[in-house]
Amino acid sequence: MAVSRQTRTVFALTAPAYLWLAVTVMLPLATMFYFSFLTASPLGGKEVSFTLKHYTDFFTKQIYWYNAWRSIELGLYVTALCLIIGYPAALGLAKYIKGRWREAIFLLIILPFWSNALVRTFSWTMVLREPFNILFSYPAIVVGLVHAYLPYAILTCYISLQAVDDSLIEAGRSLGATPAQAFRRITLPLSMPGILAAVFLIFVPVIGSFMEPRILGGKDAIMLGPIIEGQFITAFNWPLGAALSFTMLGMVLIILLIAAPFLKKQMAVG
Amino acid sequence: MSRVDIQHVTKRYGTFAALDNVSITFNDGEFFGLLGPSGSGKTTLLRSIAGFIIPDEGTISFDGEQVESVPVHRRAIGMVFQSYALFPHLTIAENIGFGLDVRGVAREDIKKRAAEMLAMVRLSGLEGRYPRQLSGGQQQRVALARALITRPKVLLLDEPLGALDRRLRQEMQVELKDIQRETGITAIFVTHDQEEALTLSDRIAIIDQGRLIQVDAPQTVYERPATVFAANFLGDANVFRGTPVAEGLKLADGTVIATLKPSTGAAIVRPEKLRVAGGHKKAQGNSIEGEIIQAIYSGASVTYRIRTKVLGDTPLLAFIQNQTGEVLATGALVTASWDPEQTIPVDA
Repeated sequence: MAVSRQTRTVFALTAPAYLWLAVTVMLPLATMFYFSFLTASPLGGKEVSFTLKHYTDFFTKQIYWYNAWRSIELGLYVTALCLIIGYPAALGLAKYIKGRWREAIFLLIILPFWSNALVRTFSWTMVLREPFNILFSYPAIVVGLVHAYLPYAILTCYISLQAVDDSLIEAGRSLGATPAQAFRRITLPLSMPGILAAVFLIFVPVIGSFMEPRILGGKDAIMLGPIIEGQFITAFNWPLGAALSFTMLGMVLIILLIAAPFLKKQMAVG
Repeated sequence: MSRVDIQHVTKRYGTFAALDNVSITFNDGEFFGLLGPSGSGKTTLLRSIAGFIIPDEGTISFDGEQVESVPVHRRAIGMVFQSYALFPHLTIAENIGFGLDVRGVAREDIKKRAAEMLAMVRLSGLEGRYPRQLSGGQQQRVALARALITRPKVLLLDEPLGALDRRLRQEMQVELKDIQRETGITAIFVTHDQEEALTLSDRIAIIDQGRLIQVDAPQTVYERPATVFAANFLGDANVFRGTPVAEGLKLADGTVIATLKPSTGAAIVRPEKLRVAGGHKKAQGNSIEGEIIQAIYSGASVTYRIRTKVLGDTPLLAFIQNQTGEVLATGALVTASWDPEQTIPVDA
């Protein structure tokens, strides 16, 4: 049977991307998935055998699921703070600031993106030690992560807020809604896609973060991200590190699955 | 259902006056059209009445009560936006009920009132749909129902039919007028469409560069325009300029045309008031000789563009009822004539 011209075009356009992803993402991930069922890293000619131990460890040893919860908790704190700080900023940018000023402020928001993450985090150690004296504590980790992920919250919320037509808010006001009512009933629900996008973009990487907790957290740095990092870098126990990573991926997928019906409804709006 | 009084309202943006000392009284139950080119200030005036714009000077009052400092949500207005501005995340019933919902009206009452409003705009049964599932005409009706459910003092419409195609627009004009009459609400609408203004309005205000040019019934504005701008903006007009003389107006080439009243230097005659006859011969009333440069046959009528010495590059425009079935050919020498009573003196 002849393949239609359109099918061939679609194939030609997408094949390079899929090939690239297959080689650079799926292949290493598949290898890691395989490693996670082994007793030890099969590097350097060691004898290894198949085991589920690393996965069962997660559920039987308190240290893992306790720290997994600490990671999720951190994700919730950071995501919430990013939205609490970022949403009003996005609202101001989208609805009240016009022209040159908007561009200037955008530049200031995006600036952290352009600096090296490691340099950025180390520069925080100085600020957090001297005037604030909270270095090597849980708040220090939160401050560092909020700083790193705030631009995501501002940009995604800004995009969805800018798409909210001003005449909708005016219509609400003309119908008797106070400014607060108009915000709660019109602006907020219509910007929900941006808020949800921010949640995806922030929550998932934050629960796996290890650099900020390591550098800023001190003894409070013990949570899943740094533990996984430790398995790869320090303990050289790749199978355990891989198993913990995939367990974390599983948790994220379960959270998304539970939230799916709600998300679907919110996304349909935009 | 109120009288809206605008007194000496001025609104400036920098040195540009969007509204320049505008005073109008909108009568109770009147359907009022604000007509003008884009940038004339008509929308600024509408939005000042709504409360979205605070005038720099002057007063706005509803039934004698000043409202300049009353915020939009407490002005008791209803507004229909050009884009309809229906809330995309709410159903049709929720859209229509919004005004009652924010006032804390009981859910059951909202449902009942929303159903009544939907019946009024002939959309019963669409309660559960979303705006995107409705056609343009249906969305327009929902916007109208939503604006009227709170029984506002005044209904403000910003280019209400601008987004509809021609057929639907004519249908909606009739419907809009019917609903306005049934509810007896004071309605003010902004348009740049002269046909819409003529069809819908009890009275029209012609606005240009932030100033009121003329406020009158549509027929009066059309038949007795106050200025050249008003004459050209509402309909087509042949404009004559000259020096005032006892009989009327003396044109550049010495021709004297008689006018309805003494003129100040300009007069207009509507193209449909002209008669066109073949040949150069003296006709009754005012007459001008010329040559047909274009004849457009459109069935019921014929449009002639006639080159005349006195008007130079501007052709004389004549709309002739097709009573004989004959059309004068391009290039034909003709005489155009009209009654002095149809020669309306206007301000330049």
